[in-house]
Amino acid sequence: MNVPEDLRYTPDHEWLRLESDEGTVGITAYAADELGDIVFVELPAAGSRLEAGSTFGAIESVKTASDLFAPVSGEIVAVNEQLTGTPELINSDPYGEGWMLRVRLDDPSALDALEGAAAYRARIGAA
Amino acid sequence: MTAEAPTLRRTPLRDRHVALGARLVGFGGWEMPLQYSGIIDEHHAVRRAAGLFDLSHMGEIWVTGPGAAEGLAAALVTDPTRLAVGRAHYSMIAAPDGGIIDDLIVYRLGADRFLVVPNASNAERVAEELEPRLQGFEAVMDDASAGTALVAIQGPLARGILAPLTDVDLAALKYYAIAEGEAAGAQALVARTGYTGEDGFELFLGPDDATAVWDRLLAAGAAEGLVPAGLGARDTLRLEAGMPLYGNELGPDATPMEAGLDRLVKFEKAGDFVGRAALEAARDAGPRKRLVGLRLRGRGIARHGYPVHLSGEPASVGEVTSGTLSPTLGEAIAMAYVPVSASAPGTMLEVGVRATRVPAEVVSLPFYKRPP
Repeated sequence: MNVPEDLRYTPDHEWLRLESDEGTVGITAYAADELGDIVFVELPAAGSRLEAGSTFGAIESVKTASDLFAPVSGEIVAVNEQLTGTPELINSDPYGEGWMLRVRLDDPSALDALEGAAAYRARIGAA
Repeated sequence: MTAEAPTLRRTPLRDRHVALGARLVGFGGWEMPLQYSGIIDEHHAVRRAAGLFDLSHMGEIWVTGPGAAEGLAAALVTDPTRLAVGRAHYSMIAAPDGGIIDDLIVYRLGADRFLVVPNASNAERVAEELEPRLQGFEAVMDDASAGTALVAIQGPLARGILAPLTDVDLAALKYYAIAEGEAAGAQALVARTGYTGEDGFELFLGPDDATAVWDRLLAAGAAEGLVPAGLGARDTLRLEAGMPLYGNELGPDATPMEAGLDRLVKFEKAGDFVGRAALEAARDAGPRKRLVGLRLRGRGIARHGYPVHLSGEPASVGEVTSGTLSPTLGEAIAMAYVPVSASAPGTMLEVGVRATRVPAEVVSLPFYKRPP
C-alpha cells in the first residue's frame, strides 16, 4: 500500500502535504481502496474555513458514505473542481490528481500533531 | 473499518474468493465477497456479459410429502398447490400480525417435493416458523442449508456460457423454472432465477462440487467477459431492477401490499394461512405508505435510513430503504416508503442528505429493464 514518506496523516486516513504555509489535503490510497469505487465527493467552497478534527465534507463510494475530517485549521484557498465530474481520480491517483483542498494553515506547527508515514503505515498494518 | 466477528460461517468457495483477491465482509452471519475488481466493473459485466456469484449463504429448505403443497399453502402467502412441477414462484412467509418474516423462492421439483429458498440471515428463523406450520399435514421439512452450495451465473451471455456445460435444455427452461441435471461436471438443480434483472441461472450443488463448478464456469466464460461478482454488485443490480431486499424494503413493519407486492398474497386460495386475517384487515384499511422509486434531481446520494420530506416541509414523512449511484444510469436512485398521497410518479419530494435537501422525483419501478 502506497504511503508516501513526505506526507502527514490523520487517524481518519486524510493526508496533508505542506509547501511553505499552504497544505494540500486528500485521502490515502488505503482509504480509497477500502471505500471502493468512489462516485461522489462533497467539498466546501474556497474561502471557507477548515477546523482541525471537524467534518469538512463527505465522500461516497457505490456502497457507502463517509465523512471527511480536517487535518488542520486554516482557510481553504482552492478546491479540486475536477472531482465533481471525475471523483474516480481519488481511486486512480489519491496523492496526485485526486487531491481535494489546498488550505492556508493558521499555524504550520500544527503539522506536528499529525502522524508521519511510519506511524500511519503501522496504523493500517502495512509493511 | 469494522472488526470482523470471529464466528462468521464460510462457504465452500471461500478460498476461491481469497485467491481472486476479493474483499470479504460479514453478511447475514457469513463471510462473503463484497467485491473482486470493483463494484462498478462487476455491475457492468453482468449487464453486458455475465457475472458469477457465490450465493451459498442462502438457505435451502426441503418440504416433501403428500401434504407438502397444502402445508406450504397454509404456511405462506402464495399458493404452491397451483405451482406446476418444474416451476417456481416468488413468495413470502408472514407473521400472524401480517408482518413479513422473509421473502422466498418456492420451487416445485415434484408433486410432493418443494424447495424453499430464504435469505441467509433468515434461514434459521424460516425453518423454525415452517416446521410447526406444517404439523397436521403429511409433510416433512429438512433444512439442507448447511449441505447445499449455490452458484449463480447472471447476464445476457449466461445461457451461452452454461449451455455447452449442461445436459439441461436451457432454451426450453423458462424464466422461474427448474430442472435436475448435470452442470459443469456435477449433479445440480438448474433454475432460471436470479436477483439482477438479467437473464441467468442458479445452480444448487453439493458443497464438495462447488469449487470445481465455479472453476469450470469461470474458465469457460472468461473469454466472453464472465467475471466473479460480489454482493456489492448484486445489491446495485437488484436495486436498478427494483427488486426488494429483506431488511431494507421488506420487514415486520410493512405489509406486502405496501411493498407493492399485492399480487403475491393469494386471498382467494382455499383455507387459512398464517397472517390471512391481519393481511385482509390491512388490505381493507388500505396502505399506510407505499414503496416508491426515487431519482435524485440534485447532487447527492440517498442512503438507507435517510429522511424523505414533502418539498419545503420540515418534518420527514418517509424514509429511504435503499439507495446508490446507479452504475447503469449514472444517476442517484433510491427506494423509499412515502405517504400514499405522495407516491404518484412525477411527485417531487426531497431527501435529507446530511445537512442539505436534495430534490427527488417519484418514478415507477424498475429503474432498469433488460432489453427484450
